[in-house]
Amino acid sequence: MKRFFAQTYLWLLLAMLYAPIVIIAIFSFTEAKVLGNWTGFSTKLYTSLFSGGVHHSLLSAIENTLIIAIVAAALSTLLGSVAAIGIHNLRGHKKIVMNTLNNIPMLNPDIITGISLFLLFVSLGITQGYATVILAHVAFCTPYVVLCIIPRLQQMNPDIYEAALDLGATPFQAMRKVIIPEIKPGMISGFILAFTLSIDDFAVTIFTIGTGGLETLSTYIYADARKGGLTPELRPLSTIIFATVLLLLIIINVRSQRAAKKKEALVK
Amino acid sequence: MKALMRFFMRRQNWSLPYFIFMLIFVVLPLVLIFIYAFQDADGNFTFDNFSKFISSPEAANTFVYSIGIAIITTVLCILLGYPAAYILSNRELCRSRVMVVLFILPMWINILVRTLATVALFDFMRLPLGEGALIFGMVYNFLPFMIYPIYNTMQKMDHSYIEAAQDLGANPLKVFTKVMLPLSMPGVMSGVMMVFMPTISTFAIAELLTMNNIKLFGTTIQENINNGMWNYGAALSLIMLVIIFASELFSDSDEERATNEGGII
Amino acid sequence: MGESNFIIELSHISKCYGDKCVLDDVSLFVKKGEFVTILGPSGCGKTTLLKILAGFGTATSGEIKIAGADITDVPPHLRPVNTVFQRYALFPHLNVYDNIAFGLKLKKVKQDEIDARVRKALKMVGMTDYEWRDVNSLSGGQQQRVAIARAIINRPQVLLLDEPLAALDLKMRKDMQMELKDMHKTLGITFVYVTHDQEEALTLSDTIVVMSEGKVQQIGTPTDIYNEPVNSFVADFIGESNILNGEMIRDRVVKFMDREFECVDEGFGENSPVDVVIRPEDVYIMARTDSGMFDGVVQSCIFKGVHYEMTVLTPNGYEIMIQDYNAFEVGQEVSMIVKPSDIHVMRKERICNTFEGKMIDSTHVEILGAQFLCNEVADALEGESVVVEVPFNKVELMDNKEDGQQVGDVRFILYKGDHYHLTVRTADGENIYVDTTDVWDDGDIVGIKIQADDIVIKRKQ
Repeated sequence: MKRFFAQTYLWLLLAMLYAPIVIIAIFSFTEAKVLGNWTGFSTKLYTSLFSGGVHHSLLSAIENTLIIAIVAAALSTLLGSVAAIGIHNLRGHKKIVMNTLNNIPMLNPDIITGISLFLLFVSLGITQGYATVILAHVAFCTPYVVLCIIPRLQQMNPDIYEAALDLGATPFQAMRKVIIPEIKPGMISGFILAFTLSIDDFAVTIFTIGTGGLETLSTYIYADARKGGLTPELRPLSTIIFATVLLLLIIINVRSQRAAKKKEALVK
Repeated sequence: MKALMRFFMRRQNWSLPYFIFMLIFVVLPLVLIFIYAFQDADGNFTFDNFSKFISSPEAANTFVYSIGIAIITTVLCILLGYPAAYILSNRELCRSRVMVVLFILPMWINILVRTLATVALFDFMRLPLGEGALIFGMVYNFLPFMIYPIYNTMQKMDHSYIEAAQDLGANPLKVFTKVMLPLSMPGVMSGVMMVFMPTISTFAIAELLTMNNIKLFGTTIQENINNGMWNYGAALSLIMLVIIFASELFSDSDEERATNEGGII
Repeated sequence: MGESNFIIELSHISKCYGDKCVLDDVSLFVKKGEFVTILGPSGCGKTTLLKILAGFGTATSGEIKIAGADITDVPPHLRPVNTVFQRYALFPHLNVYDNIAFGLKLKKVKQDEIDARVRKALKMVGMTDYEWRDVNSLSGGQQQRVAIARAIINRPQVLLLDEPLAALDLKMRKDMQMELKDMHKTLGITFVYVTHDQEEALTLSDTIVVMSEGKVQQIGTPTDIYNEPVNSFVADFIGESNILNGEMIRDRVVKFMDREFECVDEGFGENSPVDVVIRPEDVYIMARTDSGMFDGVVQSCIFKGVHYEMTVLTPNGYEIMIQDYNAFEVGQEVSMIVKPSDIHVMRKERICNTFEGKMIDSTHVEILGAQFLCNEVADALEGESVVVEVPFNKVELMDNKEDGQQVGDVRFILYKGDHYHLTVRTADGENIYVDTTDVWDDGDIVGIKIQADDIVIKRKQ
């Protein structure tokens, strides 16, 4: 009985959380301009989303978003991995300083990060565009990458780096042959995390994107929504994004669960 | 060159590039907010930006109203989220991990898309946009951020505490109030941080959910920056930073880190 | 310069962090092919010494030579030594073969030679046919064998072993001990073995180096170390022993337990305080008779497999531990005899706490990083350096650290028959020695209190 109530409660909450998304998904399969009108099943919005032409700016916004996300995630992963190894080997107050620094962007609200970087770029006289957005994204994604990798380093047997040196590896070889393979899973999840954070971001992007006409998906949606009308093609797009995220999360969860199981089996 | 090589032989020095990067892109920008906040448009030192804020009823009202909305949202999120987190972490009440993933999943969708979905829902149900929509939208947007840290804390809680309490004669109610609740407080704290902070600082959501009828503090800041009033915008940002810093002191940062480190995926 | 016959020469190695020295002027010379064990409790600096030898840490001062070549500043990957790590440190992403072949591959040895040498190494550690196994699927003992194979395949001049058996269960440990000893014989290379397990050290080694507090206490063969410990620390650490405060009356006569005993030691001077060590198996126990040297009542009797371990309380309040093949019942009156040659007399390292102190004013002195009230020192200058003495039994230890003038943690406990002699490390890193009849545990955090009357201040002029 208790279980029944508990389950009912959970499902009600989920219904609330998913109702909007489900409605968007359903109405992505009809042609009506205004959401809420059902004018029969159609996949026209999907085809017109990808046919380009009329909605060229939406397509280019998607392209920009992806490029920025990939570049920012790659840079964050590189910077974050090197930093994580460094921080892991720091001791004492230096370590505390680095950890605090690493926490600042995560604790800062997006709007503050956005405005502060905006002020940085205007005071340095840098024209805002691709480069500034990517730098800004690297700035707020890297801490998460560091946090993904540090636990891997902590779990790692601290002696294996020295073991590699002991067996004749130079420090560089020891890093490449022993440490990198060990933290790879952390680097991968850090990359994925940075990638999704970058795609998702709106608040930082809008302050650092400049006025040169560069649009990402978030700024496009924002501009579109401010005009009052929602481009109908956003419905299939949101549905696709949702489905992709769902798929990604399922993959990651299955992976991590398999890893956990493997670990469990080893402990036995 | 050789000296550089030797420098990076020591692994702790690998944190140096990141340190420099952080100084330029995290610390320096925050310092700039501070500097701009105390300057006028010509770069002279002044307190005008702050006196302007205090004397203008509109900005001050928006500020108070935003805090009010943030508090209401946070409280609603605790009320809705705590039972959910409790059920999710209880093996007898909820056996499947899929449920947890379902609750976390919305965190991974673009906040604007989620907000637009809320707008769509209100449209669909022929409900008017406004304060109700704003609060619903906020709760809807940030509820997962409350559930997740609480769930995480409860999940990691050693089950033997509960068994020990039962063993010592506590009834289910006592077990909850004397053991579960105090032990899950760190999770609630970091949940509060994860909900209160974004709600107080959002700007686009309110705009979309109320057809730009209700203004929140974030919106005011953004408008000022967009209209070239950098110094005033910086001053308002600094005020927000102070509020956030104060609420961070309120919660324990160590505990927060503990829940953050678990990783969201 | 003559050709030295030592393979390892460590001279005057110190390792300090600020004021604290983990290693304090350690010198050690190891002959080629020797099995040397560095033995000591955790925190004594033995692992630091091994790391310096392997090149993972650098010494603050001192010189290291291997096979005559100075390698003090040579990085680890260029040193002719290989290490077997305590927690194996196998590379988890590589299989058994790739782990063992790691060093040879780096040296670009030909593939068929690698194959042959890996197979030989696996055979040596009794792991034939395990080449393709995932290292994570191996048991602790198997992982340790792979770790040994991975080290010896490189034919190092010296094999360093850092508590290699500590993580294994007792039976496995005994088996591996025998195998290691065989391996040492077959390979003919020098082994430097670090352990805190005295039994392991006695079983395996040609030479034992006993370390404590960053200093070498004694170097010798297992028999020497066991039979002739140089101080009470070594006596307590190696095997079981009764350690008592004594006084050397004159040559060949020592007084302890309020009675004079005949012994074989000479040269301590007359009436000098000493530590007396008697191994429990060297005390002969019998039913009460008049021919015993001293009497007592059995307090406890525990069967230990081969022998019985008994504690006997003497009429004047000393507890003596005795091992014997015959059991005596609890409460039984017994008499004991000790042969003069089994009474080991050692000079006391210290008879009183001595600190470097600084006067704060005429009634306050700073020692151990804290302020203590003391009796008035006439016209003492502020900041004047003084020597402060505090008797062992005048130091009070408090349960609540707030109750003391300084905080410390109990590092080392020595039972002296009727009281405990504790080493307490204070918060500022100095040691204070305490005699007490209260029972404390290793690691207890205590408050340290000294009454003003018990602080003896000696001015430097």
